[in-house]
Amino acid sequence: VHLTISQSRAASSANHIQPLLVDNAGQFFSSGHTNNWAVLVCTSRFWFNYRHVANTLSVYRSVKRLGIPDSHIVLMLADDMACNHRNPKPATVFSHKNMELNVYGDDVEVDYRGYEVTVENFLRVLTGRLPPSTPRSKRLLSDDRSNILIYLTGHGGNGFLKFQDSEEISNVELADAFEQMWQKRRYNELLFIIDTCQGASMYERFYSPNLMALASSQVGEDSLSHQPDLAIGVHLMDRYTFYLLEFLEDIHPASKTNMNDLFKVCPKSQCVSTPGHRTDLFLRDPGSVLITDFFGSVRKVEITMETINLTDPIKQVEQRKYSYVDQLPVSEIIHQKPKQKDWHPPDGFILGLWTLILLVFFKLYGMKHLKHIF
Amino acid sequence: MGLLSDPNRRRALISLLTRLNSPICVVCYMAGVAWFMGLAFEPFTLRTYMSENAMGSTMVEERFPAGERALTTGREFSAHKKKAGGMPVDWLVKTMQARGLEVFTQRFSRKLPFPDENKERYMVKGTNVYGILRAPRAPRTEALVLSAPCTPGDSNNQAVGLLLGLAQYFRNQIYWAKDIIFLVNEHDLIGMQAWLEGYHHTNTTGMDWSPLQGRGGSIQAALSLELSSDVITSMDLVLEGLNGQLPNLDLANLFYAFCQKIGVLCTIQGKLQRNDWDSVSGYSHSVQTMMLMVMKQASGRPWGDHGLFLRYHIEAASIKGINSFRQYKTDVTTIGRLLEGMYRKLNNLLERLHQSYFFYLMPSLSHFVSIGYYMPAFGLLAVILLLRALDLWVQLATPPPRTEDGITDKEQVSSPGVLSVLTPLVISHLTGVALYTLPIQFQEMAVEQFPVSETEAVVLTAIGVYTAGLALPHNTHRLLSGEGTEQGWRVLKLVAVLYLAVLLGCTALINFSLGFILALTLVPVAAFVTPHVPKVLSAFILVILSPACTLLFSVFFFQELQELPVSFQEGWLLYLSVISQGILDHFLYGSLVYPLIALLVYPCWLLFWNILFWK
Repeated sequence: VHLTISQSRAASSANHIQPLLVDNAGQFFSSGHTNNWAVLVCTSRFWFNYRHVANTLSVYRSVKRLGIPDSHIVLMLADDMACNHRNPKPATVFSHKNMELNVYGDDVEVDYRGYEVTVENFLRVLTGRLPPSTPRSKRLLSDDRSNILIYLTGHGGNGFLKFQDSEEISNVELADAFEQMWQKRRYNELLFIIDTCQGASMYERFYSPNLMALASSQVGEDSLSHQPDLAIGVHLMDRYTFYLLEFLEDIHPASKTNMNDLFKVCPKSQCVSTPGHRTDLFLRDPGSVLITDFFGSVRKVEITMETINLTDPIKQVEQRKYSYVDQLPVSEIIHQKPKQKDWHPPDGFILGLWTLILLVFFKLYGMKHLKHIF
Repeated sequence: MGLLSDPNRRRALISLLTRLNSPICVVCYMAGVAWFMGLAFEPFTLRTYMSENAMGSTMVEERFPAGERALTTGREFSAHKKKAGGMPVDWLVKTMQARGLEVFTQRFSRKLPFPDENKERYMVKGTNVYGILRAPRAPRTEALVLSAPCTPGDSNNQAVGLLLGLAQYFRNQIYWAKDIIFLVNEHDLIGMQAWLEGYHHTNTTGMDWSPLQGRGGSIQAALSLELSSDVITSMDLVLEGLNGQLPNLDLANLFYAFCQKIGVLCTIQGKLQRNDWDSVSGYSHSVQTMMLMVMKQASGRPWGDHGLFLRYHIEAASIKGINSFRQYKTDVTTIGRLLEGMYRKLNNLLERLHQSYFFYLMPSLSHFVSIGYYMPAFGLLAVILLLRALDLWVQLATPPPRTEDGITDKEQVSSPGVLSVLTPLVISHLTGVALYTLPIQFQEMAVEQFPVSETEAVVLTAIGVYTAGLALPHNTHRLLSGEGTEQGWRVLKLVAVLYLAVLLGCTALINFSLGFILALTLVPVAAFVTPHVPKVLSAFILVILSPACTLLFSVFFFQELQELPVSFQEGWLLYLSVISQGILDHFLYGSLVYPLIALLVYPCWLLFWNILFWK
């Protein structure tokens, strides 16, 4: 938890300060989110997909540096590159060539590792439908005041993302998962970043409010990797995340950089692919959304030496009209009409009917047929 | 009505077939040959590319430093080899152990069926020495092999030296995910066969070997190194293995990629690539390279120590260092770097190489022709056989009216009994069996009777049995009662043509080159031979196109392609040695060319010879 400290103006007179602080107090207590979460997923395994693990770990590093604690980060890595037999520098994952930056460090907490990174587990984490025995570190315990950052990387295509060479998650599934999260009030605002080939296809189908999405390439384009390291023998990072990391290294907890700067990360000249973003479902103006709203865990704290009399009701700041999306689908689910049960005649009636039929049958054709039944 | 079920249309089709049969056959033959020649034309080929994702595009920087030390080790090896008069086992064991490998030896012995005059050996006893570099962190489930042969004399010392130098360098690295086995095998292929049989617990060739004490897991790939000079001008890649099997094309692609990266001149079949594919000389250069590969593949013998690995589904190739008269020389450190790079790439493999082609021809190192492109050439030749069979079937079904004496004998459609066809079949195959078994069995008797060595006895017996088979038709007709009928030879020819088609088809699937070369000579034989063609001329042509003469011409052709033309005397001696090597290959390594020719192709050809002399 980081604090923004603003200087209280000692020059002002006491009663001049009081109403100002009381005014501002209302503003402080009416901000959008109160906690931050991050779900960072790397979906590919094998040594030659080193760069996907490095991507995820570099975002993890930035997010942790800006204040989100491990208890609020769900990190899913599909393969262990640091301890892979082919790694000439064991226990390290580098993001810059010449081994400038080791993003593995010594305090990495991986929550889902290896074969646990599956589509099912990912969706369960998002929607919260986990078995009761799941430990807290593997859960996304967000509430309606959480801002969540979701970062996905791996191999993808038009409308899907490949998990571990064996299954895929489609953009429809993802959009539905986010809608479930919305209906269960599991997020306040959600930032979705994806670094795969044709990544923009993954956010095409979103329909829940308060979602902002960024992708490293448009449909039909490939996201390219950045640079190989000649000692390790693999590509270390993808271009988009490389420049994203560079951008984030300049952010500190008190910075006021907003989303519009994030959209400018990695233009076509650097990335070769065209990064895309989607903000139509987001209710705030992206220019007023701080980077630290999603990447950091920033508390707005004002230290004051004055006492504030809070007996008067706090004057609410003019509320922007936040509203939830049209709730009709929910109401249909809740106020459903009861299922029509078919009407059956009483059981005794059916028994009597069959007995009558049998008796008539044997009357007509003689009792000798009775022995054929028994 | 359908096209084939309507009698009128059927008659029309059949008459078309019988009228146009010969022209279509000739056209198909020309087309087949033209297609085959066109395979070497560069616009019809594809550039090679890496198919395996795991051996992706990134390459490491190779850092092997110790070329000079490797040469010194090679010189030591040579000295100890001279002193020991064979494989210096103790010195090798000590040196490998000093480099931190787990060293084991294997003894083997084999008595050849008859002495091998090329390599001058008969009772072979030897020892293989191999050291295993265990992967530092990985489980011991997979392995790679680097081998160098221990040849008597002055060859391949530098190869062993480089092998030991690489072993030392590799031992200091921690990024190996597979065990690496460094193998020095004695008596080249025989030692390699013993080692492989010991490693995989099989015993297919009747060799005596001691079991291996140490193993490294399932072998994913193997390289065999041959280097006989301190500096080289080019590196040659040898792919052809036992029975014409080829390693996965990705191995050749890997080699080529590294040659380009390091800047070493690389060749295949000893021929450099040329850029002027549109000129006549450029095209003929590609054709020569491709024909060399076809010849080598057709012979069915392993052309390097790697050839025996392929049978166990281990992708393997041989790399030869060649020192010619060029100006620019490459030193051993660079060769070491090339091998280091290749092994690091192979280290990244997750599964066996299987993404690229297993059946291909290479007109040059950077271009290849896959099975889908070269099979139609053979298919066109096989179509001739099928057309001929259809024609014969039609003739058998509706025999032409015989008007010799003005009497039509339509009622006498005597279907010749199966027995009359069976007799030539059985006799031909018995001759084939004789050709297969007699040379080895009777070599002692032959040596007693005639002043020849065992090898010559075997070869000459083989040729004798072959020629004796030519006299069969005249003699068997005295034994058979009754005359053959017109129908008789047609039935026999139908059977023979279909038999040849199946035989060549199966051979071409496994070893395309052998199948194609046999098809080139045997299909015209099958197509035109009848009892009614002029006897002397046809007999001469049939003998020219028989498998033995095809082999003779191939020997001369092969020498021409390698730009070492031989005189007739030398060529004949070479031919005899080729036959003896073929027989030896069969008994030593399980090569299938000799049994195929003796037991199947030769009887088939004898059937046609029979038809020619049908009365």
